[in-house]
Amino acid sequence: MTPLFLTQFTATSCLGTGLQPLRAALSSARSGLAPCRFEDVELDTWIGAVADIDEQPLPQIWSPFECRNNRLAFLGLGQDDFRAGVASCLSRLGAHRVGLFMGTSTSGVLQTELAYRRRDPGSGALPADFNYAGTHNTFSSANFIRQLLGIQGPAAVVSTACSSSAKAFGAAQRMIELGIIDAAVVGGVDSLCLTTLYGFHSLQLTAPRPCRPFAADRAGISIGEAAAFVLLEKSAPRAATSAIALLGVGESNDGYHLSAPHPEGLGARLAMESALSAAGLDAADVGYVNLHGTGTTSNDSAECAAVTRVFGMDLPCSSTKGATGHTLGAAGALEAVICALALQDQLLPGGANTSLVDPALQLNYLTQSQPGSITNAVSNSFGFGGTNCSLAFGKLA
Amino acid sequence: MNDIAAKELVAYVTGIGVRGPGLVDWPQTEAVLCARQPYQRGETLLPAPETLPPTERRRTGRAVRLAFATGLEAARQSGADPAQLPVVFASSGGDGDNCHEICQTLASANRALSPTRFHNSVHNAPAGYWSIAAGTQVQSTTICAYDASFAAGLLEALTQVAVCGVTTALIAYDIDYPPPLRAARAVPAAFGLALILRANPQPNALALLRVRLDTGTASRLGHHELETLRATIPAAEGLVLLEAIAMRRATTVNIAYLEPQTLRVTVTPCA
Repeated sequence: MTPLFLTQFTATSCLGTGLQPLRAALSSARSGLAPCRFEDVELDTWIGAVADIDEQPLPQIWSPFECRNNRLAFLGLGQDDFRAGVASCLSRLGAHRVGLFMGTSTSGVLQTELAYRRRDPGSGALPADFNYAGTHNTFSSANFIRQLLGIQGPAAVVSTACSSSAKAFGAAQRMIELGIIDAAVVGGVDSLCLTTLYGFHSLQLTAPRPCRPFAADRAGISIGEAAAFVLLEKSAPRAATSAIALLGVGESNDGYHLSAPHPEGLGARLAMESALSAAGLDAADVGYVNLHGTGTTSNDSAECAAVTRVFGMDLPCSSTKGATGHTLGAAGALEAVICALALQDQLLPGGANTSLVDPALQLNYLTQSQPGSITNAVSNSFGFGGTNCSLAFGKLA
Repeated sequence: MNDIAAKELVAYVTGIGVRGPGLVDWPQTEAVLCARQPYQRGETLLPAPETLPPTERRRTGRAVRLAFATGLEAARQSGADPAQLPVVFASSGGDGDNCHEICQTLASANRALSPTRFHNSVHNAPAGYWSIAAGTQVQSTTICAYDASFAAGLLEALTQVAVCGVTTALIAYDIDYPPPLRAARAVPAAFGLALILRANPQPNALALLRVRLDTGTASRLGHHELETLRATIPAAEGLVLLEAIAMRRATTVNIAYLEPQTLRVTVTPCA
C-alpha cells in the first residue's frame, strides 16, 4: 500500500491528557493504574481511569451527546492542537474529502446502564432525559466528532471489540487508496462502564492487582479507557524533516472461539504477516513490536507463539497495557500513537509492572524503557470474536 | 461534490439473502417486490444457524441467527465458499436483547453477569460465530453508522472488493430492542439482507452495481408496506437496491447515507 502520513496525532489515557504526559510515562515505564473506585463498582481490581472526566461536562450545545464516552472524546480532541490541525486539513482539502473512522467497543453504554437504575417503578420506562442515539449507540462518538470537527466525508465506526480502532485504520486506508477521500481522522474512544468491568470479571479475566503482561505471575487484565486520534494524509507534513507513516494493515480472524485466542496464535500470525506484506517490509526491518499483551495467561502465550514465529525471539517488544490498562476498542489507536512516539523519539518503551518475564515466553520482552534505533514498528490488536489486526508504522526520512 | 462523484465503485451481485417480517428469502422477497405475490406481514422467522457446532449454536440470539440466515442464503446462491469469503457486517444496534439483559442484571442487586452474555455483547459477535462456523481466518469487519449503517456497510464492502479484488459479502442486519429501550430506539422488527459482491463478471451475476457518493433525496420503495420497513429499519434501506434488482431493468437509485450524502447506485441487470 501507499504510505499514509500521520500528520497529527494525540492520545489521552490514565497516563494523562495529550502527548506530553504519555511521552514522560513511556520513557520511565510508569503505570497510571489505580485501585478501582469507578461508580459504585465493588470489584477487587485495578483500572486505568482518566482523571477529571466526571467534572468536565460537554459544552451546552453538545448536550445531546452528553456521556462519559463523548466527554472523553472531547477531552482527547482538545489536546496537542489536534482540532486546529484537522481544521487546516479540511480547509486545504475540502471537508467532503476527509473521512472519519472511529473504533469503539462499548460506546456510551454506561449511560444506559445508569438509566436502567432510574426506570419508572410503574411502567418500567427509561428516564425522559435518556438519549440513545447520542450516547449508547455504537456510532454516537463518530456522529459527535463528525459534527464537532466539521468533517463531511464518509464516516463509520468499526466495532470489533479490542481490535476496533486498529481496524479503523484499514477502513480509512482503503478509502484513501481508492481516491474516495484524501485524508481521514482515525481514532478510538472507549470508556469505563459496568458491562466490561463485571463482564471481564465473569470470565475471571480481571487481575486483582495491576496487570503484568508477559510476567510469570500475570493474573489478567486491568481495564482502562482512552481517546486517541490520528490524522492520516497522503502527503507529508510540509515542515517535517522526518515523518511517521502508516505502512501496512493486516487483518484476520481466528475462527476458533468467541472469547479465547487460538492457542498457537494462528490468526495473530496471519495479521502480522499480512501487515508486513502490505508494507513491503521483512520481519528484520521491524525494530519494535507493541504487543497486544493483555496480561491474561492464554492471550500472552498465544501472542508469544505468533510473534516469535514471525519475528524470532530477539526483537524488542513490550505491552504498554501495564501503563494504560486495556483500553479495549481504543487500544488500537492508543498503541498506534505509542508506536509513532517510539519512532519519533527513538525510544523502546518498557512494559510497566512486569519485572520478571515468564520464562515460558521466550521473546525479548522489555521491562525497562531504553533508547533504540528503529525505523519501523508493529502494533498488535486482537479481540473477542477472534478478530485480529496488526499495523505497521515507519519513520520516513 | 463533483470530484467525489468521479470515483465510481463497481461490483457484480452474485447472491442475495433476505429475512424480515413476512419475508423468508430472496425468491419470495423478489416476488413481493415485483408485485407477483402479495405481502403478508408476519414475524421474522430466524432459524438456528445450521453451520455452527451445537455448543455454539445454543449460545446464539436473534442477531446472530439473522446474520447467518441471510449470509448463508446469499453465499449458497452465489456458490461462494464461506471459508474464502471476507464479510462486512453492518448493524445499527447489534444485539438489543442481550444488551437489555445485561443492563437489567447490572441494575439489580446481584450484578454477576453470565460469561456467555458478556462475550455475546460485542458488536462483532455474529462475525465471530461466522468465522468459527466457516473455520476461516479470512478477515471480516463489523461496522455501525446508526441509521446510515446499510450504506456505510455497502461502501465498506465495495472498497474491499475494489482494493483487494476479492469476492466479499455484506451482511446488514438489525433486530428490534425489547422494552424499555424500544421506546428510545423504535426499530419495529428484525430485518437482515446479504449481498455477495464480486469484482469481475460471472455467468450467475444478477446485476452490476456502479456506486458513487452523491447528495440528493433518498429513493423510496414503490411497495407501500415494504417502504414502511425501509423507513423504520436501517438495514431495510437495502430494499431500495433489491427492488431495483428485482425489476430487472437498468435504473438508478439513491441510498440514504450520512446526510446530506447518499450513495447513488446505477443498477444494470445481468441476465
